[in-house]
This record gives sequence, C-alpha cells and structure tokens, in this order.
Amino acid sequence: MKHFKITTENSRLSARDIADNFDDLHPPLDGAQAIVEAGRCLYCYDAPCMNACPTRIDIPKFIHQIRSGNLDGSAQTILSANIMGGACARACPTEVLCEEVCVVHHTEGAPVKIGELQRHAVDHLMAKGGAHPFARAPLSGCKLAVVGAGPAGLSFAHRAAMLGHDVVVYEAKPKPGGLNEYGLAAYKMANDFAQAEVEFLLAIGGISIEHGKVLGDNLSLGDLCTNYDAVFIGAGLTNARGLGVDGEDLAGVGDALEFIETVRVAEDKSSVPVGDNVVVIGGGNTAIDAAVQAKCLGARNVTLAYRRGPDAMTATQWERDLATANGVVVRYWAAPKTFSGGARVERAAFSTMRMDDGKLTPSGDSFELPADMVLKAIGQTLNSAIFSALKLEGGKIAVDAHYQTSLPGVYAGGDCIKSGEDLTVQAVEDGKQAAIAADNMLRAKRKGAGE
Amino acid sequence: MSDLGCIIGGIESINPFWLASAPPSDKKYNVERAFKAGWGGAVWKTLGVDPPVVNVTSRYGVHRTQDRRIIGINNIELISDRPLDVNLREIEEMRREWPDRVIIGSIMAPMDEEAWKSLAIKVANSGVQGIELNLGCPHGMCERGMGSAVGQDPEFVEQTTRWVREAVNIPVFTKLTPNVTDIIVPAAAAKAGGAHAVSLINTVNSVIGVDLDTMAPTPTVDGRGTHGGYCGEAVKPIALHMTAEIARQPETQGLEISAIGGITTWRDAAEFIALGAGAVQVCTAAMLYGFRIVEDMNEGLAAFMRDKGYRSIADFKGKATAQTVDWNELNINHDLKARIDDEACIECGRCFIACEDTAHQAIRIDAKPEGGRKFTVIDDECVGCNLCMHVCPVKDCITMEAVDTDRPYLTWPEHPKNPLRKAAE
Repeated sequence: MKHFKITTENSRLSARDIADNFDDLHPPLDGAQAIVEAGRCLYCYDAPCMNACPTRIDIPKFIHQIRSGNLDGSAQTILSANIMGGACARACPTEVLCEEVCVVHHTEGAPVKIGELQRHAVDHLMAKGGAHPFARAPLSGCKLAVVGAGPAGLSFAHRAAMLGHDVVVYEAKPKPGGLNEYGLAAYKMANDFAQAEVEFLLAIGGISIEHGKVLGDNLSLGDLCTNYDAVFIGAGLTNARGLGVDGEDLAGVGDALEFIETVRVAEDKSSVPVGDNVVVIGGGNTAIDAAVQAKCLGARNVTLAYRRGPDAMTATQWERDLATANGVVVRYWAAPKTFSGGARVERAAFSTMRMDDGKLTPSGDSFELPADMVLKAIGQTLNSAIFSALKLEGGKIAVDAHYQTSLPGVYAGGDCIKSGEDLTVQAVEDGKQAAIAADNMLRAKRKGAGE
Repeated sequence: MSDLGCIIGGIESINPFWLASAPPSDKKYNVERAFKAGWGGAVWKTLGVDPPVVNVTSRYGVHRTQDRRIIGINNIELISDRPLDVNLREIEEMRREWPDRVIIGSIMAPMDEEAWKSLAIKVANSGVQGIELNLGCPHGMCERGMGSAVGQDPEFVEQTTRWVREAVNIPVFTKLTPNVTDIIVPAAAAKAGGAHAVSLINTVNSVIGVDLDTMAPTPTVDGRGTHGGYCGEAVKPIALHMTAEIARQPETQGLEISAIGGITTWRDAAEFIALGAGAVQVCTAAMLYGFRIVEDMNEGLAAFMRDKGYRSIADFKGKATAQTVDWNELNINHDLKARIDDEACIECGRCFIACEDTAHQAIRIDAKPEGGRKFTVIDDECVGCNLCMHVCPVKDCITMEAVDTDRPYLTWPEHPKNPLRKAAE
C-alpha cells in the first residue's frame, strides 16, 4: 500500500512532493521480480482468474510465457484478448476480478500479482517498439464509424481494423483515450501511458481519429449510418448527475470527474488548485480517485461522504484502504443536505442516514463539515437527447446479445449500454465483441449479395 | 543426544559429512574454512603425477529451474592444477592442525603400476587417513586414458585398486563413475581388488545447455564447448539407485559405501544412509551456498535421529535396503485409489488436467451449487498412479487410500496372466 506525502500540521507539500505523489502507484516489477512472481502461478486448468476477466485473457499462459522467457509471446497472449492490456494492468480493480479468485490466496494468503505481471509483459513489448504485433486481414473495403475514442471505441476500432475494415473514430475531446486519458487518478496512468497505448494500438493501421466531433452538435448519427457500413457507439456517459440540494451551484462545488481531468491534464500538478477542507460525495472508485488525489495535492482535510454503509460502497476494499491509509476520512451514512457559504462554499451539511426496513432513511441527526471544495462523484448519465433514434433501457442504450442497438448496423458498448459496468476492461470486451459481431454481419451481407 | 560419529572403511569421523574431492577441497585455505564450519572430513581435490594439469576458462555451467534455482552444475575442470608437493605440504599441515578431522587423498594416474603405487605412497606419507582412487572424471582426464576411462573398464578398476592396496597400509576407497550400464560390475571389481569402500557417484556425463545466441554448448571456452560432469540435486536419484544396488546385490553386499550425489540437506544424507551408505560426501551444495550449509546437515540429521530413536548412524544404516526389491517382487494385488479432500482443495484443476490428458481420465469436475468446482476421483478408472497427488500444490489434499482387496500378496512371476508363470505345483 503506497503512502503518499500528505500535509501535516507543521508542513505543506512542496512542488517536488506533489510530483512524487503522482508518480506510478505501483512501481513496475523488474525482470527478476517478475520471474519470482510468475513462479507463484500454479498454471491452473480452466483457471478461475481467466474466467473472472471480462476479456478472458489466458492468464496462466501469459504468466507461463514470462517464466519461459518468452515475453513477446506473453504480451501477444494478453493483447490478443485485450488490446488495452497495458491500461487494464494499471487501472483494473484486479482485487475484485482476476486476483480475487486466484487460488494462490488459499495456499499463500495472497494472490499472484496478475496485474503487475501483465504490465511487465505489455510494457516490455511496447518499450521494444518495432512492428505492431497484429496483422490485418485482407482489406474488406468496408468503412466503419466509431463515436468516442475511449476504451470501447478504440477496442472496436482495433479489432475491426484487424478484421480488414477501415475505421474512422470521432472524438469530442482533444485527445483520445476517453476515461483512460481523462477519468483515472494520474498516478494510475503515470508517464502519459494512455497516449502511448493509443499510439501503439493505432499502429495496426486503417484507423483515423477526428477530434472535436460531438454527436448531436457537429456529428449526426443519421449521417454516420448513411456514410458508413456499420457504426459503433462508445460515447460513454457524459452528463453529470446532480444532487438536487441547496448550494450545489456555489463556487467550489464541482464534479469529481472534472477535477480528475484537471489533475490529469496539468503538466505541473502543483499548479492545480485544491481546497484545505475537501469533501467528496460518493462511494465509487471515482470518489476515491478524487479524494486521494486531493490529498496528494496537499489538501489538509479530505472527507469522503457516502450516504450508505460500507457494504453498499462500490469502491473496492483496496481502494478504500489506499484512501484511509493516506488520511482520507470516510464517513458512511452521510447524505448531503445543503452547501452554504458566501461567494464560495464554506460548509457542507449532512443528514445521518440509516436503513429502515430496507429503505435508506434520514435518522433525524445531522452534522456539518467545513468545506472549501466539494467534489461530486455520484455517477454520470447518458446524454439521452442525442440518442433519440435508439431504443433505451434504464436510461442507457439497449443492445442485443451481439451488441447491436435497435438500429441494424449500429452497435454500442462501454458505459453507455445497459450492461456497462464502469470498467475499462468491460468496455474493451464490449468493443472487441461488437467488432466481431459487425464483421460477421458484414460478411454475411456480402455473402448474401454475392449469391 | 544422538551421536553423529561414524566409521567408514575403518576410518572414524565425527560426523558423516565430508567434502567430496572437487574444487572446494583444492587447498588448505578452503578445507580449513570447511573444518571450521563443521565438516567431518574432506577428500582433497584429486592429485596427479607432476607436471600439474592446466585448466581452461570458463569451467561451470548450470541447470536452473524456471524460477532460477540451480538444481545441477556441470563442470569441465580437471584435477588439481597445483604442484603435488604444495598440496602434500598443506595436507600435512592440516592433519597436524585438525587431528579430529578426516583427510582422504584422492589420486589419479595413468594405467601404470609404478605411477599409481608411487603416487599413492607419496600421498599416504603426507598423513592422510585414506586414499581415494578417482576412476570417474568424465571429461578431459578420460581422453588421456585416466578417470572414467579407467572406471569404465572393470579389469582396470580391480587392477588399480589392487596396486594401491599393495602400496599402502591405509584404507582404500575406489571412486566409481556412474557412466556405466550396470554399477554392480565396477563395484564388484573394486571389491575384488580389495577396496575398503567405494565412493559414488562421480559426475554424470552431460552437456548442460546450449547458448542459443552463439550456438555453442555451455560452459563456453572461446566459442566452443565440451561435455562435462553433472552433479547437484538433479543427480541424487541416480546416485540413490546405485547406492541401493551395491548395498543389496549379492556380488557387492557388505562393501562399504561413501555416498555422493546431490546431497543438499540432512534428509538427502539420511536417505543415502537408509539405503546402505556409511557416510556421505558433498560438493555442489557447498559450492552453491558455502560451507555453512553443513550446520543444518548436522543439526537436522541429529534431530531426525532423536525423533526416531536412533542413537547412531549405524542404527539406521541400510534400514531401507530390505524394502528395496526387484519389480518382480512387488505385490500386484496391492491397490490404491486417490482421495481428494474437498475442504483442502483450492480448485486449481491441476489434478484433473494431468489425469485427463496424460493418465487415466479418472477425475471428474462437477459444478458446485454454491459456485466453484468439485473434483471427484472415479474409482473404476483410477489406477492409483499418484500423478494427481504429486501435481497437487496443496500438501495432503490428495492422498492415496489403500483398498482392501482381500487378495493375497501376488508377484508377477506367479501372476495368472504371466505367460512365463512358474507352475505353482
């Protein structure tokens, strides 16, 4: 568990301290460490870790390949199932995926460090440079459009390019990568890894990215359907949820994702303004990323307020431990009531909650915290207005078992679809499977036309 | 307190752990450090007839497991490359300074009576308690008609042993090479020549690996390599078998054995002693970890003896010999079935895939109602081969349970399916 430098009563952080805080969360394994760690793997048959991975990476095989000294092959095994294996190795909550079910838990008390080994292999291949490890199938002549250059869209684009199609990716932001670039704590993606990975992925060829293209603004779904053989929507969730409490519009009350983005894009992290008394509202990993980064920037007091109890919190235990080990105070059963102050927010008031017959109810008590910065991490919603042509379910885009939306030839995946799990690795799988489905559709179509 | 003292070939030793004739026993400096660490004796690195040999660089290659642990060393070093009189002077000093420790002089000479006898006498005069004949070195020396070139010819083994017996009046150990088809032949020859004991095994002929960049065998000497002598943990099973055979075969029964071959822990030593060795010699473990490795060899062996109630090495020497038999003497009616402990099982599936792919398809996987998988042995298919038990990473999770067949002890020669069965009547 990493201990960041944090502000104490007697000292504030220097710019150097802050830069150190944003260095790699986990230092990479060196070659000897990787061999030792790989040696702990039992090479399970039909391994639980592999089944726990949404992209079904053949984990025993890639770890065996590290042991045998076939690092190129190891990376190839990973990337053939998950082209963003490098980002997932850094950002995946492995403690609730592959590593949670690793059987070495039972024999040694701690799982094989699958994420760190995966990073070792993929980093090796990316550092080595040279030819892209995957070749494209004979070109199909089909052109596919992708909305959103996040993990789902890029995964779709890579797989589609590999299957022989040409792809144009439309992205609203100035950089590709989506939440990998903008939505994760900076120490999880140190050294501009998200951009390096996109560059690596694009090296397969056949993919172009157009930035500044916003669906419903300067890009229309109808046009895409007309101009392309198939469309994939990996637009994510772009509307921030509101709390609907008084004072939400005060200066100093903002969205956690925006804060995370500000930190990510800042060259000099010490230039990012942070409050002295920061309150983060929410219970997911984004809330943790915001809270811990506020600490890394030098906030004196950071409180993470969550309206339910620990069992309901979606942030993993590892993430919670990272936060509490670094001075973040977690307050459960605390629902925001009002934010108040003058020109800026100064105080946050909370109702204490409890479960009453399975229903979350105010207990009648309340408390107040000094707050000069409030960050809301209560989730995002789909900008449904721009998807009026598509059937929605539960506020998200409905897709069938083949990731096809209600419009034939239009596919969707990632956080914007109903099953979206707010996981990079799931988005990558969605994109990959949608590309395979689109390819099957296009092949069937061509076969039909040829007959 | 268990007594680790032992007598081998008539020589008393404070414990059964001697350094084998090898690089660690090349000079006084090393042997002195070994004695300080607690070794009971040392067989000095083999002495030859002057002028001394000249060695090459480099000399060692290793066999590693995937996690980089070394399980074997291969060497292409020759016998001592220091002048004989320097070695003998150091041996004399060591004998004077360490009267309670054993020093054996290892010698090697061409097939010439005078050469063997005069070398043996010179070495004996330095005060060694015994002479060991190096008839095993499988590289370099054999190409000059020495080492394994002698050890592979039983007549030469007997002859050299007899010459040295005639020349000196101290115990003679004949060191055997494992690079033969049947170890009993040279062992019997040594016995016939009058050896007080045999030492075995010398190193196994080997190529330890190939450098795939330079396409040369390792260790590489200026771009080329040669076969060498393999030793260390990996050769222990070969040495155990040869020890067991000499101890139990009528031709060699009673011949004392100074066992060598991959001994790394007290347990290895105990296994050799159980199969009939009177004492052991060690080289590779010391080369890999230093002389301090002997501390736990002594302490562990003493603890084992205390636990089992053995008061001396002699108490359990050869205790496993009677149970070591020919395949034809095994009970074909004995039956075992694997049992998997569900509580201990971690569901890795290793037993399943081992049995499914390479054995008898005797393990079934069922989905557990609560999630996870349950592994069950199909008794009708299980032949009790032990493979699942061995591959299981959890100790005692898979055990082998004896099936009460209610059938008598039956050997293959008596088995009804044996076409060459001896008539019972």
